Amino acid sequence: MASLSVNLCGIQLDNPVIPASGTFGYGYEYAELYDINELGTFSFKGTTKDPRFGNPTPRIAECTAGMINAVGLQNPGVEKVISEELPKLKACFHKPVMANVSGFSVEDYAYTCQQLDKQEQVGWLEVNVSCPNVHGGGMSFGTQPEAAAEVTRAVKAVTTKPVIIKLSPNVTDIVSIAKACEEAGADGISLINTMLGMRINLRTRKPVIANTMGGFSGPAIFPVAVRMVYQVANAVKIPVVGMGGVSSAEDVIEMMLAGATAVEVGAANLVNPYICRDIIRDLPRVMEKYRIENLSEIIGGAK
Amino acid sequence: MKQSLFQIVSNEALTDSVYKMILSGDTSAITAPGQFVNIQLTGKFLRRPISVCDYDESTLTIIYKVVGAGTEQMSAMKPGEMLDILTGLGNGYDLSLAGDRPVLLGGGVGVPPMYNLAKKLIAMGKEVSVILGFNTAGEIFYEQEFKALGCKTYVTTVDGSYGKKGFVTDALPENYTYFYTCGPEPMLKAVYRATTTSGQMSFEERMGCGFGACMGCSCKTLTGYKRICKDGPVMKKEEILWQA
Repeated sequence: MASLSVNLCGIQLDNPVIPASGTFGYGYEYAELYDINELGTFSFKGTTKDPRFGNPTPRIAECTAGMINAVGLQNPGVEKVISEELPKLKACFHKPVMANVSGFSVEDYAYTCQQLDKQEQVGWLEVNVSCPNVHGGGMSFGTQPEAAAEVTRAVKAVTTKPVIIKLSPNVTDIVSIAKACEEAGADGISLINTMLGMRINLRTRKPVIANTMGGFSGPAIFPVAVRMVYQVANAVKIPVVGMGGVSSAEDVIEMMLAGATAVEVGAANLVNPYICRDIIRDLPRVMEKYRIENLSEIIGGAK
Repeated sequence: MKQSLFQIVSNEALTDSVYKMILSGDTSAITAPGQFVNIQLTGKFLRRPISVCDYDESTLTIIYKVVGAGTEQMSAMKPGEMLDILTGLGNGYDLSLAGDRPVLLGGGVGVPPMYNLAKKLIAMGKEVSVILGFNTAGEIFYEQEFKALGCKTYVTTVDGSYGKKGFVTDALPENYTYFYTCGPEPMLKAVYRATTTSGQMSFEERMGCGFGACMGCSCKTLTGYKRICKDGPVMKKEEILWQA
């Protein structure tokens, strides 16, 4: 019997498949379609201290083998997430969930993480450091090792649950940023967030996205993600969660061979809402094909 | 919402750029006129959201305009080919508020969702008026189909080449009890201003998923933030907040 189970920062997952933040809401839309308890876990919609409407529309552009989004972290704010969204999530999902947090200052991150850390359903905190630092000239926290480390330290100081720092690929040296987060106390690293992209409408000669640029995701970025996961996993001792264009059981295995302990699936959910369930059900077949008995044994297996 | 495979029964041009496709498959997830479907196309990443023109237990009719590579690809598809479709998306129109004499206003490819709506309202015994707005005579489709349902049907063209010259709002009848509309946003704004009763309007936006997960098509309303794909595409006149 194939074993799909993996251990992520001390919590056992039935399988390594995790819908990525921003593509799965707070779970209940998908729970109308299938029993989402089949998932390892899922990372819920990026939550900030204050409510946010996000960017103007259009927020979406299609690309070859992918898409660009500039949603802009629309969410009802941590208070309402706890009072309104988590009870609905709890009704349909009975495993520890990954709480995804964004912020625009170190204090924002610490506050939001502290509130979510107290919630029983939350298993991990996934901290998205790709946001601009409003007190630091607008530069993304995730582009400088020291800024990413500062967020990590501040969050770790006020929380008890495993803290996974989610890194941006839009940097020159992702390894130095991952190492800085590890040294600052991170329990795990997840990568890659979307890549900065842009499309232009030939007829109007204007950017398709109202915000001009947005995050590029989908199968097109998979090779970049595999490369970065490989680089980071070989440089840190803490677990790595791999994501970026994953859309099949084969992709999950490739990501794990690159060094991922668990694997997030993002854009693919928006096209096929059953994709994560289908990947989980297909994993035993693909494992047998490649003579894998225990998924956790292949982590970082590519040399 | 349901994901299933549909087979193309027919796919024919109604005008130079507007096509009608009839598909057979499981339509059980469609619960109201004004809902839409989201169609997967080979080689395209995101699905294409298209409004439902008509449906019964086993057939789905859509009318779409070729506006880009995706709809271009659809226009070349042949009977017998299969399409992976998410059905039953969006809220659809609320028929219970129609009153005795509702007026339906459709502009361009905003006309198709009016068809099943008109059919349902007629079946409820309503006296239905329909105003179909187009730019020019060559773009007109479905005038006879609405007449065949028993609707009082009016056509307007912007250039005056057919029917009444002007916009759908220039043909509003007297004494209507409620309105339903779908069309480009400038038309919706004009309908909003010209109508003297309450009503419902269907909105369009670029979508990611089409089922409420990605927040790609959000808008602000007087009753809070709404997702056009899930909480809409139909909004009540009283909740609409026009953006500058």
